[in-house]
Amino acid sequence: MCSEAPEEVLHLEHIGVTFHRNDAGELDLRAFGGASMKRTAYVADITGQAILHVLYEQLMAHAEQVERYEEWFVTRLLTDEQGHCCGAIARDLRDGRMEIFAAKNVILACGGAGQAYHPTTNGLIVTGDGIALAYRLGAPLIDMEMVQYHPTTLVENGLLITEGARGEGAVLLNAKGERFMERYAPNKLELASRDVVSRAEQTEILEGRGVGPEGAGIYLDITPVPRRRILEALREIVNIGRDFAGVDITREPIMIRPGQHYIMGGVKTDVHGATPIPGLYAAGEVACVSVHGGNRLGANSLLDTLIFGRRAGAHAAQRAAQMALPKVPRSALLEEEAAIREIIARPSGGRRVSEIKLELGETMNEHVAVYRTEEGLQKALATIKRLREEAQGAHIDDRGSVFNQDVLGVLELSFMLDCAEAIVTGAIERKESRGAHFRTDFPERNDEEWLKHIALTAGEDGPQVGYADVTITQWQPEVRSY
Amino acid sequence: MADFTLRVRRYDPESGEAPYWEERTVSLEEHRSVLEGILQIKARSDGSLGIRCSCRAAICGSCGVRINGEPGLACKTHIGAAQRHSQAIGKGGVIEVEPLGNMPVIKDLIVDMDAVHWKKIQRVTPYLIGRQPVPEREYIVPRESMLDITQTMACIQCGACVSDCLSMEADPGFIGPAALAKAYRFVGDPRDDRRHERLLDLSEDPQGIFDCTHCFKCVQACPKEVNPMGQIMRLRRIASSDEQIVDANNGVRHEAALSTLIRDYGLLHEAELLPRSYGGNSWFGKFHPAAARELLSSLPAIVKAVLRRKVSPRQALLGHKLPPEDLKAVKAIYEHVEGRRSPHRSERYELNLFIVGEDEDGNESAPAGAADKEQSA
Ligand code: SF4
Ligand code: SF4
Ligand code: FES
Repeated sequence: MCSEAPEEVLHLEHIGVTFHRNDAGELDLRAFGGASMKRTAYVADITGQAILHVLYEQLMAHAEQVERYEEWFVTRLLTDEQGHCCGAIARDLRDGRMEIFAAKNVILACGGAGQAYHPTTNGLIVTGDGIALAYRLGAPLIDMEMVQYHPTTLVENGLLITEGARGEGAVLLNAKGERFMERYAPNKLELASRDVVSRAEQTEILEGRGVGPEGAGIYLDITPVPRRRILEALREIVNIGRDFAGVDITREPIMIRPGQHYIMGGVKTDVHGATPIPGLYAAGEVACVSVHGGNRLGANSLLDTLIFGRRAGAHAAQRAAQMALPKVPRSALLEEEAAIREIIARPSGGRRVSEIKLELGETMNEHVAVYRTEEGLQKALATIKRLREEAQGAHIDDRGSVFNQDVLGVLELSFMLDCAEAIVTGAIERKESRGAHFRTDFPERNDEEWLKHIALTAGEDGPQVGYADVTITQWQPEVRSY
Repeated sequence: MADFTLRVRRYDPESGEAPYWEERTVSLEEHRSVLEGILQIKARSDGSLGIRCSCRAAICGSCGVRINGEPGLACKTHIGAAQRHSQAIGKGGVIEVEPLGNMPVIKDLIVDMDAVHWKKIQRVTPYLIGRQPVPEREYIVPRESMLDITQTMACIQCGACVSDCLSMEADPGFIGPAALAKAYRFVGDPRDDRRHERLLDLSEDPQGIFDCTHCFKCVQACPKEVNPMGQIMRLRRIASSDEQIVDANNGVRHEAALSTLIRDYGLLHEAELLPRSYGGNSWFGKFHPAAARELLSSLPAIVKAVLRRKVSPRQALLGHKLPPEDLKAVKAIYEHVEGRRSPHRSERYELNLFIVGEDEDGNESAPAGAADKEQSA
């Protein structure tokens, strides 16, 4: 990933991303957490947005060659007799029509499962669809217990404040006005890796040095950064501060806390983005190539997505060139249509989808967060099992076919429950602390027994636990200290 | 917690019924968003209420709606502020939420963005056509140029500006604010190879850059301070002063005539405007045959305007009068602005938020807040 990164950034630059320049007109670089030097190209504080829009521009540039199915929702992936992935079934949200797509390859590029948590920085559509779809098809999930809590999310509503703020020089303060990172990571301070900073904040909060009404926050003070620089390079968080917290971040600190942000785990893939199921690829947060280990560094997920997205595409194209279009079992379409009809026709009176979802999210955030214990994890698992039952008959209001977001909610909920169950199962299994996974009952890292991935496959009653080796290349595992 | 009443425009295409209004009460803290109010309705009482949304942070651009008649993002509008706004405009504190305008409604608050917004974006060749040869490393370009187009890169394609664009309402074929802002993103990009062709195309298209009536609606609506109208003005300036494009629609000449008239008279001088736009930008313009033709063809409109007392014949012919000191002030503005112009385009005085982040005197420009309307305050 790293060796291909410069080339990828240059490619993006050439197709139009407006990366900021230094005075010589070359790409400017910014510091991010856990890195020993400035190494991140950026566009103000909307790098991801800029890249996304430029890639979409490229889709428009190739509109003749690439057919887009926007606002379609995949409900199921398909395999043929040999167990190769051969297509997908999807629903057109606009009119409820279902269609079966035959495909030589399927590439999942649909993000993580943040909505299984509440609060989360992730959008409402990030519901673990891809992870669950692949899992149901028999693909193994790995590292699901590795869930990243970002150190700076708004206390108010969980929205993200970019790490770029600390990269530009913002500091963290507790209720006593101490720059407490001096105690936890004397060398890297606020720019230690995310798990370290999040744990430090959480410890400050738990020990009563938090700020705000319930002492549940930490101050992020951006005022050390020159105002002009803030307005030029951190404009988005100026807006977020103003619109969502009523704070002018150029003049006063803003209240933040650790919040769910990213899942390192996902569908197991190799360096070509290929899952163990031939024809099924995954790239980005939905996948786990394991480049992030137990804790992702800032800005690396964009890179992961870009590099392995490209590689998956290239590999899949090569594979496609050597085969004929597979036949898809049309009976599967009828089954899926029937399943949707059943949801629409189900009797009223069950628990509301929104309630089940909220309970799931709050449970995950309470027990499967920065600090974890056996007891809490078991509680979470029991709750998930109960919610799964309740989800079976969850209530819906909308019985129509056009943009039926109730049906969507039911499908998404079942995806999230699959993901949550996998996360908790992995977390119970891993009896040590590593990366973002910290067990207060097993606070040490234990390389002897646990230098391995936990791999989960779908079984009759829940995830079956297996293991996978860790690929160690140039760098031997060492104790991390900042 | 306080109670808020939302009055939501509902439409179910499958029911065969016309759109209707529906009132619901939600309880939220007042600094929560209108989107949270809508999500509360969906969660607690009616899951069939349709709205696109995802990020809740004014980043994904999916939750564009009209609130109390003004287009914006549901997730960026505080519900308390929306209630006060409703009171202020005499709607008694009931917050009206309806789908964006200028686009067909699919269901409830969901509009067909493909049919209008994305079609127009596709119209402006919305991708970089890089200068050749493509360098081995990055294109070396001025630091400011990238900051400059970052303002239009900040567009989240929400369609709020499209919703209430006056020109588009009158002429659905108008390329419109969002797509033209997107066009500036390439015209302003020193890496792009087609600046001239792009400008020529947008100038010659009768529904292009000269079809905007400067109504400011898009500036007001935009939740990301993209300032679409400002970008359109910049496209015009670059087209005319830098690329010397004189379009067949007379847009450039019209603008030059308008500007000169205001400098000289302080106010619009209708009788001079038309002939100058077509015949040349001086008092002699009206003797040009093209001006005579245009005048003749506009006669019915002129007569109507006079009959409806929009202009009096005397005023129209002699121009409006402005007290001398006011006229002096107008001239001073011109001198100030033009004085800052330098022969180098890049040094032209441009108001760009990413570059002119602060007031010149270095204090108290509320960060980007100036353009915000009351609702999102
Ligand atoms: S200023 Fe121009 S582009 Fe903007 S809304 Fe008005 S007419 Fe449309
Ligand atoms: S210019 Fe502003 S209002 Fe228009 S689509 Fe872009 S972000 Fe939305
Ligand atoms: S929900 Fe994304 S912009 Fe409002």
